[in-house]
Amino acid sequence: MTRTRRLQLKTMPLILISIVLGPLGNVFLGKGMKGVGSVTSARIIDFLPIASRVLTSGYIWLGIVCLMGFFVAHMLLLTWADYSYVQPATSLSYVSIAILSYVVLGEMISPLRWLGVTVICVGVLLVGRTSPSTSEAP
Amino acid sequence: MLEAVLFFFIVVAGTAGELSVSRAMKGVGEVHDFRLKSILRFVLQSFRLPWMWVGIALMSVAFFSLLAILSFRQVSFVVPVSALSYAAGAFGAKLFLGERISRNRWIGIAVVCLGVTIVWWTRA
Repeated sequence: MTRTRRLQLKTMPLILISIVLGPLGNVFLGKGMKGVGSVTSARIIDFLPIASRVLTSGYIWLGIVCLMGFFVAHMLLLTWADYSYVQPATSLSYVSIAILSYVVLGEMISPLRWLGVTVICVGVLLVGRTSPSTSEAP
Repeated sequence: MLEAVLFFFIVVAGTAGELSVSRAMKGVGEVHDFRLKSILRFVLQSFRLPWMWVGIALMSVAFFSLLAILSFRQVSFVVPVSALSYAAGAFGAKLFLGERISRNRWIGIAVVCLGVTIVWWTRA
């Protein structure tokens, strides 16, 4: 088994975990923040009530837990794979974020936005055909 | 204006944070063992690295900016646009981590950026 093939065997499952947990976390954060209300003020006096609403939102914490799971998978990947490989590879999550935003949050995704997401994925496929690590193992 | 500032923090602080974490991870070395105990040890070990904390601080800035922007924009808009960090990430990885970015990878990253631009047009 070549080094590239061996690396891909353990890289792919972790990328899959990242693709599901990361977007799920963001969707929960979105749901939580829509409940908090629009944060468009930079005044200090508005900060505390907003912070308390953020910290007591169950959806925010659920999102944070998902994102922590995502982060651990991401860190494991980065011990052997190039950052410039991992970052584009996990961008398949743009498909799952669009699907989850539609299903969980009821966001309407316009055809143009789907086109944008699809173009992002084409970029991902191009990047995915390169080797996970270009630097020599230490 | 606020939106632009928040996106700037998400993209620049987020990317700089990830690059810092990536630098810390290369210090830990390649992980071969995926048992829970080994993964926990790996997480504890990484928290002893200064670059890890630099990364966490930067990513926190990006995280709170993300929360603020999610309070008034759709998730399916904000997350694709934050992929602007792809270009920032490639330049950063090249300059800061010494990774070699092949021509094919540059092409892929350029296509990703095109997709981000199209999503930006759907800003409602």
